[in-house]
Amino acid sequence: MTTKLTTSLLNKILVNAPLLLLFISVFNEFDFNYLNYKYFSFNFPFILIFYWSLKRIESLGYGYIFIAGLFNDAVIGFPIGLSSLTYLIICGFAAYLKNITLRPSLIKDWIYFLFTILVANSINYFLLVSFFSIEVNYYEISGNILFTFLFYYIFGYLFDIYQRLAFKRKND
Amino acid sequence: MATSRDDFIIAIRSAFLKKGSKQRFSLIGLIFSSVFLIILNTINFPLINYLKVALNEVVYRSSFIVSIPEQKIQDLSNILTNHFVLYSKFESTKKELAQYKINKLETDFIISENQRLKLMVEEYIFNTDELFAKVLIDKKSPFLRSIILNRGSKDNVVLGMAVLDGGYLIGKIIEVNYSTSRALLVSDLNSKIPVSIEPGNVQSILSGTGKDKGIIEFMHKKKKIEDQSIIYSSGSGGIFKAGIPIGTITTNDNDSEESVNFFSDLSQLTFVKLISFKKEKN
Repeated sequence: MTTKLTTSLLNKILVNAPLLLLFISVFNEFDFNYLNYKYFSFNFPFILIFYWSLKRIESLGYGYIFIAGLFNDAVIGFPIGLSSLTYLIICGFAAYLKNITLRPSLIKDWIYFLFTILVANSINYFLLVSFFSIEVNYYEISGNILFTFLFYYIFGYLFDIYQRLAFKRKND
Repeated sequence: MATSRDDFIIAIRSAFLKKGSKQRFSLIGLIFSSVFLIILNTINFPLINYLKVALNEVVYRSSFIVSIPEQKIQDLSNILTNHFVLYSKFESTKKELAQYKINKLETDFIISENQRLKLMVEEYIFNTDELFAKVLIDKKSPFLRSIILNRGSKDNVVLGMAVLDGGYLIGKIIEVNYSTSRALLVSDLNSKIPVSIEPGNVQSILSGTGKDKGIIEFMHKKKKIEDQSIIYSSGSGGIFKAGIPIGTITTNDNDSEESVNFFSDLSQLTFVKLISFKKEKN
């Protein structure tokens, strides 16, 4: 009985781990900015949302992504709804790629991810600069996009391993 | 050609309009909701402000709790770094202290002289409210340099209050919630503070860069600024009182812009002082 309960609890944690990670990352904004490397930062929620929207959207859910965006806006002080819009645009791109892909490969996803974050960030900063008159540092943004793109491959590889381990039983 | 266009439309429709098996909302519905919220934001709809305040109250506290492990790691790293540079710091501090003791005597004389002169011109600026606040969240986002404080409207925090670390100006309050508030740091790209550069009493604007340094903007080109000149708030605009120290200037011959090193380490803020100033005539 106890073993069954533990297994079911463990399964729940494994299934919901991406969602948990998404909320922790928007609350905590962990991107190693405190290391103080010039132009070094990356957007972990972008990687997480794109990967899981592409591979297994049930693990995140659009409603939760929308709420995570609202939380992110509150934490970093952006106008409400802006991060949600950016996150959902990423979801849309990922869902489109999922629909047109017959044979998925990490490299193709990676290249498509670059196009996605370029569009999503462009919309995000266009709205910030034009409608809310917030100044942004374009070198910082370029650095952020570049490192987010580079880190996608590493995290994508790690998430693939995680997916194989966590959802093995369900997929089999 | 027509088939590929149809495929594209089908893929788009399926991606944006269809709800997945376990999805409660369609993607397009949520995108419209986000756009709707952004529009309400741009027109400053009153209801959105209440939503913002409620959301901030919940999110700031949650973010503080979630950030504790990362904060502990940072603290540990700082302790280790400080431990290794302890001796060299002690030696340089000893020298500095000796110099400060000499300067203190001069400063005391200038302060009393300044107070006497202000009384003579019948104008005096003094602090009205002063309170201490704990830094709840200190996010070094590349796009926004701000801190969240555990004081809000219930503690009489108001927009525009000066935020000080020790005696140094580090920012001002830009958002007030019921029990929390957000301060924009002087290092933020959107921070513009009227300053006075001494010696020379050069009036200028200090702007943040989004990094740990600031820059001097809108200064008259003919004015020559000495290296290590000190920057004080000028008091123009009546937001801050004049004479709060902010940082020192580093001039670079290769670069036309003067960079500003802040006195306060903006990445190590734990407690800050909030002050509002009021001009009063005697």
